[in-house]
Amino acid sequence: MNTLKRILSTLTAVLALFPLSVVPVQAEDTIKIGALLAETGPASFLGAPEAKTLRMLVEDLNAKGGINGRPVELIIKDTGASPEKAVSFAKQLIDEEKVFAIIGPSTSGETMQIKNIAEEGKTLLLSCAAAEVIVNPVAKYVFKVAPSDRFAAEMIFHQMKKMGITKVGVLSSNTGFGKAGKEQLEKFAGDHGIQIAVNEVYDKAATDLTAEVTKLKAANVQALINWSIEPAQAIVIKNARQIGMTVPIFQSHGFANIQYARTAGAAAEGVLFPASRLVVADALDDKHPQKQVVMDYKKAYESRFKEDVSTFGGHGYDAFMILVRALKEGGRDREKVRTSIESMKGFVGTAGTFTFSPADHNGLDISAFAMLTVKDGKFVPVDK
Amino acid sequence: MIELFFQYLVAGLTYGTIYAIVGIGFNIIYNTTGIINFAQGEFVMLGGMTAVSLHALLPLPLAIAGAVLVTMVIGGLIEMTFIRWLVKPSVLRMIIITIGISILVREAALHIWGEGVRSLPYFTGNEVTAINLGGVRISPQVLWALGIAAVIVIALNLFFKFTMLGREMRACASNRDAASLCGIPTRNMVTLSFVVSAGIGALAGCVVSPITQTQYGIGTGLAIKGFTVAILGGLGNSMAAVAAGFILGILESFSIWVMPTAYKDAISIAILLAMLFVRPSGLFGSREAARLKEF
Repeated sequence: MNTLKRILSTLTAVLALFPLSVVPVQAEDTIKIGALLAETGPASFLGAPEAKTLRMLVEDLNAKGGINGRPVELIIKDTGASPEKAVSFAKQLIDEEKVFAIIGPSTSGETMQIKNIAEEGKTLLLSCAAAEVIVNPVAKYVFKVAPSDRFAAEMIFHQMKKMGITKVGVLSSNTGFGKAGKEQLEKFAGDHGIQIAVNEVYDKAATDLTAEVTKLKAANVQALINWSIEPAQAIVIKNARQIGMTVPIFQSHGFANIQYARTAGAAAEGVLFPASRLVVADALDDKHPQKQVVMDYKKAYESRFKEDVSTFGGHGYDAFMILVRALKEGGRDREKVRTSIESMKGFVGTAGTFTFSPADHNGLDISAFAMLTVKDGKFVPVDK
Repeated sequence: MIELFFQYLVAGLTYGTIYAIVGIGFNIIYNTTGIINFAQGEFVMLGGMTAVSLHALLPLPLAIAGAVLVTMVIGGLIEMTFIRWLVKPSVLRMIIITIGISILVREAALHIWGEGVRSLPYFTGNEVTAINLGGVRISPQVLWALGIAAVIVIALNLFFKFTMLGREMRACASNRDAASLCGIPTRNMVTLSFVVSAGIGALAGCVVSPITQTQYGIGTGLAIKGFTVAILGGLGNSMAAVAAGFILGILESFSIWVMPTAYKDAISIAILLAMLFVRPSGLFGSREAARLKEF
């Protein structure tokens, strides 16, 4: 009996301590933010740096006291780039977790699948994917922070015009990103006087593309454009050079991860691609408005994770920071936060300077892109 | 035109070599246990990944040898942990176990190496090197893969036909009880088959790594094509797997010449299905023998 009493009293004592120590931290007043990211799978190049970035930012933010004193709770769901998983996780985040906003998905295909779900659930969605169709037509609750593939396509065509290229071959992977990019290329090639002579789609898990590039070589194209986010984009350039194609190779902004240039090695030299200035942060002029932001993020990320920054992690950064700024202004009212994003002007992020409007839920224009190339295994801006 | 024909042929050879060298690995475990090891692709991935990691410290040949050894040990351990202690497992049960193993290995690799893509350096030259044969260009790595595939096939054939150990392994597949009655330690044979096929998978993974690149999840994709050619050729026959690999690779490559690229995989799956309907024993397999097999 005595023992029981002692145990009970100890228990009460322990329990009495708990409300003091635990509850204030576990305040009901946390802001729940969901994230749907392709941390693993074929698009892990996008999702993994995005997830790392978000974890880092949330940790730092909470250490500094959160947003107006409210800590942020981050719930990351790994979609593995599967649209089906994105759909079920989106429903879970909205219906069960009742998150305030969702960051992601990483890929365009997934985003298009859940665009309506977010809209119906009146949950803010800040997609990290590129396709123009995500914000065109505009959905009230859907935003995106990655510059549109349309601008990337136009950047490429501008560069081609300078180089006097008129006949090109296009390769793209069978993903949402590849498909959307291919459509943009087809749509705007004519405007720039460029003819697409060969237009082929390959499997996202392709392990060799020699026959595909042979088809382009046979058509005597003046340049090759590859549009994909998968490791296959490194294989394309290796195979093209191996079979003796010497024409310029253009990649989409999906190439802006130095790992691709490394795996492609010597074949990557001279590859041209549009990308945000984050990947050439060091080479950026000190007076450039983005210099401070991109350098800060680059340093924080690289010292923490011991790997190079990529534009994709940058999208995670932009999405989170835009949301944080809107939350500071709008408080807990979702409608106010939404309007706050919609009316945000001149927000300097890693991808560019965002100026949103009710008609523009992306907020970026073609100036978000710079034309880059690979020189001695490094990304450098193209000189004029 | 003729040059183009040969360039497509070379592309087909490249595809075929990748499929074949992965496909060979399926046959060894099949030859001893009568099951398809669905974790074979993961052995290929493990070989490539381990070699890339070891290459940071060791020269390339040693890194590859090390990777093959490490993967063989892993293959053996996997068999001893998951399969060895099973009493008379049914074929279906063992197949499902191998599927489980493949998921386990893949996830473990994701934790160890992360999601990044790596690759071994080209054995000869670099990413842009190609041997020019009258206008037709082929990467030396494809020749390396071809050569190594040939060596593996010859060695396996000699091993299974002419060594006691090889014959004992085959006896296990034909009839495990009878083999056991003859004094063959059937369990050791099964372990050995996992060790050997893990080693072959790892070697394949190293050779194709410069071409296909290596990532934690690459095993599944490679295994599907490897499996296709193993079936196409006739299970259990390494030479047939290689021949089937080339047939499939060349068909795929020429399909790209005349049709949109997007149909490439549809073609290989269509061939596989047609084969399973018309000649389930494979192109080079014997119908008689196939009828006696459990699976």
